[in-house]
Amino acid sequence: MRVGIVCPYSLDVPGGVQNHVRDLAEVLLEAGHDVSVLAPADDDTPVPAYVVPAGRAVPVPYNGSIARLAFGPLSAKRVRRWIRDGRFDVLHIHEPATPSLSLLALWAATGPIVATFHTAMERSRVMSAASSILLPALEKISARIAVSEPARATLVHHLGGEPVVIPNGLFVDRFSRARPREEWRTGEGTLCFLGRLKDPRKGLAVLLRAFPMIRRKRPGVRLLVAGPGDPEEAREMLPPDCRSAVTFLGAIDDETKAEMFASSDLYVAPHTGGESFGIVLVEAMAAGAPVLASDLEAFRLVVEKGRIGRLFAVGDAAELARAALELLDDPGERARLREAAQLVVRRYDWSRVASEILAVYEMVAQGAAQVTEAVAADARPRKAQLDGETSARQVWR
Amino acid sequence: MTWNWIFISVVAVAVVGVYLSWTAGRLDRLHARLDAARAVLDAQLFRRSGVALEVATSGMLDPATSLLVADAARRARAASEADREVAESNLSKALAAAFPDLETSRELADDPGAEELLAELGAACRRVEMARRFHNDTVATARALHRRWLVRVFRLAGHAPMPETVEMDVTPPTGLLP
Repeated sequence: MRVGIVCPYSLDVPGGVQNHVRDLAEVLLEAGHDVSVLAPADDDTPVPAYVVPAGRAVPVPYNGSIARLAFGPLSAKRVRRWIRDGRFDVLHIHEPATPSLSLLALWAATGPIVATFHTAMERSRVMSAASSILLPALEKISARIAVSEPARATLVHHLGGEPVVIPNGLFVDRFSRARPREEWRTGEGTLCFLGRLKDPRKGLAVLLRAFPMIRRKRPGVRLLVAGPGDPEEAREMLPPDCRSAVTFLGAIDDETKAEMFASSDLYVAPHTGGESFGIVLVEAMAAGAPVLASDLEAFRLVVEKGRIGRLFAVGDAAELARAALELLDDPGERARLREAAQLVVRRYDWSRVASEILAVYEMVAQGAAQVTEAVAADARPRKAQLDGETSARQVWR
Repeated sequence: MTWNWIFISVVAVAVVGVYLSWTAGRLDRLHARLDAARAVLDAQLFRRSGVALEVATSGMLDPATSLLVADAARRARAASEADREVAESNLSKALAAAFPDLETSRELADDPGAEELLAELGAACRRVEMARRFHNDTVATARALHRRWLVRVFRLAGHAPMPETVEMDVTPPTGLLP
């Protein structure tokens, strides 16, 4: 199958959507499909062979934070050429309502189109605006996928209809084969945290408030904090006597992340909101770390209401500390959680997730023509061919 | 003065005309997609009942369960258009009863060849569920467009009836979920 995937965000910046797109492309290539990923990137940025760069991403304020998006006439032109040259059986657009390549592609294409919605919000301004302005474009989508129940609910609330849920995937084996690092196992119990240090939605502040309470009862406990941000600022939030027990790892790669989870007696996810799925919980469970997470809807669904991981009230440092101490004191319970999680994480393995996505591709492509440029564009003169711009790299494996 | 008015009216008529033809095009495409989605759903339902029959006759199930599943699958395949939704829902219920939990299915999967067949049935059930959602999703979009007053006043949908969602229970059995 020839599959065109559109990612609205730069692949060199880590993020849920980007990781999903990259992994999906690699799994599909592995399975023998032709895959081309259109993503924002400079022409001189090194990208994997299957990526077609669509111009530089510009940081702009969007949806409450600074996002790196690609838009404008150059990007629009490249999107059109990519669609025209790609002769895709299916076009898979991620976050189609994002004012970046996704929206451009949705506008420019017609044919079998699959869209995946990653975001979950209680009330999304973007989607409210989208529902009136973008309706004609969103109508073109043959199959809508949401990555989680909260994302599905957001979608239904704003646009109605019946999207299906296919979760984010991960390579379970890469996590389950990770081994603990001895230097992180010194002391009486290791906790870990992952996320941007300054982002209040990741909840590091909640954990740093709880940590002294945990340490009072269990002086040997230590904490690993991974994620980009200024460690000094975070360190200052701790009482001086606790600072030596906290190790800041900075931004870490996937392998180190897996080893961190494997070395931990407890992975703490103190997020305060903005989470649609919580893939990191599944990653922790796959690597064998029992999960203690705040009671957000997305997390509650992943840990099956507490069956395979423990929950505490969102933002409640005292309850976090209490639950952490309970679990640290009870190796039996931790082993039980670990074991129960092992079966469940298989559900999120790429082998399964990709076969579901492929089933969707097959269903929308069945009996349909290939993806082509939308008619409105054909009426316009093909100026792009005349202006001598370098042709977008089109690489097939 | 009159020329101005004539000009304005011509422009206004042209704008409305373009909008109408554009909307008619949207409707047309939606209806084409609706037909495709319906065909996919039919194909997936047919496939599910086929695999269900194969499972029922494979000997991996006990005779009572076999009979139950085979009967529901045959009825689903033979149902007339009017009884279709009920018959397919009944097949879903029969499968849910036959594969109530993962433990039961794991025991069944010990038979040679059974594991692949069960995986195929599970995939077929999941595909039916997705195909129904994709179909109904398109129906919802088309209905929203049908209800626009311009579409109704100018009869842009022609004589095409208001599209209907397919209402049937296609929840995959718990025992066949991974």
